[in-house]
Amino acid sequence: MFVRLVYESFRRQKRRKLLAGVAVTLGVCVATAMIAVATDIGDKINRELRAIGANLVVTPQEDTLDVEIGGVNLKPPSDGAYLNEADLPKIKGMFWRNNIVGFAPMLPVSVTVAGTNTTLLGTYFAKQIQFGKQDFVTGVRITHPWWRVEGEWPDDGSQNVLLGERLAAKIGSHAGDQIEIAGQHHLISGILSTGGVEDDQIVAPLSLAQQFIGKPGAVRRIYVSALTKPEDAFARRDPASLRGPEYDRWYCSPYPQSIAYQLQEAIPHSHAEQIRQVAQNEGTVLSRIKGLMLLITVAALLASALAVSAAMATAIFERRTEIGLMKALGAGDFPVSALFFAEATLLALISGLVGFLGGALLARQIGRSIFASQITIEPVLLPIILAIAIGVTFAGSALAIRRAVKFDPVYALRGEA
Amino acid sequence: MNFELAKQRRSAAPHRSMFLRMLIRAAVLRRGRAADALLAMVVAAGVTTAILNLYVDTQTKLREQFRNYGANIVVVAREGEGLPADALQMVRATLPGGSLTVPFGYAVARTSDGRSIVVSGTDFDKVRKLDSWWSVTAWPQKGAESEANAALVGIRAAKVVTPQGRPFDLSFKGRKIHLAPAGTLKTGAAEDNRVYLSLSDFESWTGLQPSTIEIAVSGSAQEVNSTIRDLQRPLPLADVRPVRQIVEGEARVLGKMRSTLLASAVLIILTAALCLLATLTGWVFDRRRDFAIMKALGASAALINGFFAAEAAALGAVGSVLGFALGVGAATWIGRANFHAPVAPRLSVFPVVLAGSILVALLAAIVPISLLQRFQPANILRGE
Repeated sequence: MFVRLVYESFRRQKRRKLLAGVAVTLGVCVATAMIAVATDIGDKINRELRAIGANLVVTPQEDTLDVEIGGVNLKPPSDGAYLNEADLPKIKGMFWRNNIVGFAPMLPVSVTVAGTNTTLLGTYFAKQIQFGKQDFVTGVRITHPWWRVEGEWPDDGSQNVLLGERLAAKIGSHAGDQIEIAGQHHLISGILSTGGVEDDQIVAPLSLAQQFIGKPGAVRRIYVSALTKPEDAFARRDPASLRGPEYDRWYCSPYPQSIAYQLQEAIPHSHAEQIRQVAQNEGTVLSRIKGLMLLITVAALLASALAVSAAMATAIFERRTEIGLMKALGAGDFPVSALFFAEATLLALISGLVGFLGGALLARQIGRSIFASQITIEPVLLPIILAIAIGVTFAGSALAIRRAVKFDPVYALRGEA
Repeated sequence: MNFELAKQRRSAAPHRSMFLRMLIRAAVLRRGRAADALLAMVVAAGVTTAILNLYVDTQTKLREQFRNYGANIVVVAREGEGLPADALQMVRATLPGGSLTVPFGYAVARTSDGRSIVVSGTDFDKVRKLDSWWSVTAWPQKGAESEANAALVGIRAAKVVTPQGRPFDLSFKGRKIHLAPAGTLKTGAAEDNRVYLSLSDFESWTGLQPSTIEIAVSGSAQEVNSTIRDLQRPLPLADVRPVRQIVEGEARVLGKMRSTLLASAVLIILTAALCLLATLTGWVFDRRRDFAIMKALGASAALINGFFAAEAAALGAVGSVLGFALGVGAATWIGRANFHAPVAPRLSVFPVVLAGSILVALLAAIVPISLLQRFQPANILRGE
């Protein structure tokens, strides 16, 4: 009889059930979308923050001091130690390789161009690199996304160069011209604008810079752009003082410190350091954004919970006559409440499922239109969302059911509300 | 008895129009249902207010967060020239309040064993605010005599000039200076290779003027660009340029956040409005008997519509005022919890919330009324 009552209630009151169902679906839909966006926003913004540039730098362990003012390096080129270019692909073999967005080696060389002393910076632009079976592309176009080129980016294997815009204006060269550097002619494939010291420099493929100083395979420093986790007190601990599981936990967390540590392991005779300007602020910005989204999600959950409970309350209030009839026929408070709760649960389950799918679609749409990448929905979220939906529907119904059950059946039947 | 009492009370009551009286009595007599509707109204208006406030304010707040990345504009002297002596005053006079300006002078000095090292003179108090990521063991103390010739030594420079942290000598063009290291500095960038001293020490020792001014200005990309133009005018001999790395990264992240916030705001406001619509429609629909009685007593359609509309509008107005207060409170709390700075309440949001609430309330009243207009009052009164 109980099952039949529930079934018939759904069959015969399609309009009302649909109305309440739509409210629950909508609430769950918004809640799912907001939770999905809020859980994923950290990762998405972390990637956007990489636009500010590399957050780690690798230098030779035994390096001499850089004597550099305004981008002009006064250190004699023969001075100092170098890293080996052949070690670079090993970065993609580290534990946190998937968190490495890109890296760019740098080799500054002093040259004289048209009577001016300047720096020629050798680097990768968008170089194809192989490590084991995987291929990847890395270079300044990934690590320094604010660099802009008027003309063409040179090919990494070519002898072509980029001219910084201020240097180009000074010596009156344009993209497509030839330039004489240390007795050799090179094609200027484009004019580079960075807003930084590179505007006064020449940027060339790494191999070209190595030719100039006659040191094949030499790299002065490597900029690494990595996705990191905001550092906390645990991150700042010295790995040498950690042991066993603590060390493993430290090593396997993508803190800037542990990624720097692993970079040092991957590249022999190197010293990796976080660029504090980028790495430290990233954490603050990220945690602020995450906190904001969390609080907004709470607001969204509150709003949808209210929508659901309002809809449920209205639906039950409209059925006072029915309750009065049941009570007049001898049903106690408990069976009546049980019937309504069973209906609410069924409604929450069906609408919750539909709402979850709708929310997943909505989150995907948001991810695609705002971040141009997928927002993944954890399947774990489904039972949680359903539980919340049932809980909210219950809470929303409880007050209305209590009120309806307390109501004198005589008044209800006579329609005197 | 009851009737007498009611009559007495009625005659004692001040003379009001029937319309107003019906409005007020309807709300007072059905306290429970009216309170439900009002609650829904308040929550919807509150959530909307909070989200609109946050939408406007968090962008400013996030922009301030990005100021932690340091300067977004630099003024650099052209090669071989210093900045004019009054450059710093000129820059400070041009900039809007709340901006930070820090002068830097650079020189290459020699250590006692003849190695080159970059020395920089700056204003420690200002650097500390501008470059908050600098990890410093101890800043040179201000005011005390110890500040004289106190230096902040980059962590890599320290290995060369003062491995044991003892005072050391540097020379520039034959002039010597005796420096006491106050602390070491670590940034992971070029600063690690330098020795920093106070600008006055630097100027009296080297005779050089600052050659770079780093500036942090809060504002959108357009505002930063117009600030750059304003700065270039009085300083024709210097380069004023944006730190593109920071400016563009900031614009990118803020753009995405704005879109995300907008999407969330639309979703939440839509949910709140729909919830409100459902509740109010239920409320009005519930009162079909009142409606039928009024009609049976000969009220015109216009009067009934007017009555329910006025009721809805009053509910919307009261609800939005309460909701606005609630929402401002919520936004302030979120601002304090997340940004450690309160979100300033924006009164400009209020008309929007008020108009929106009244509009939704009217919409919620009109739909059931036009439905009910189709029925005979007799049928409704008989409960069919």
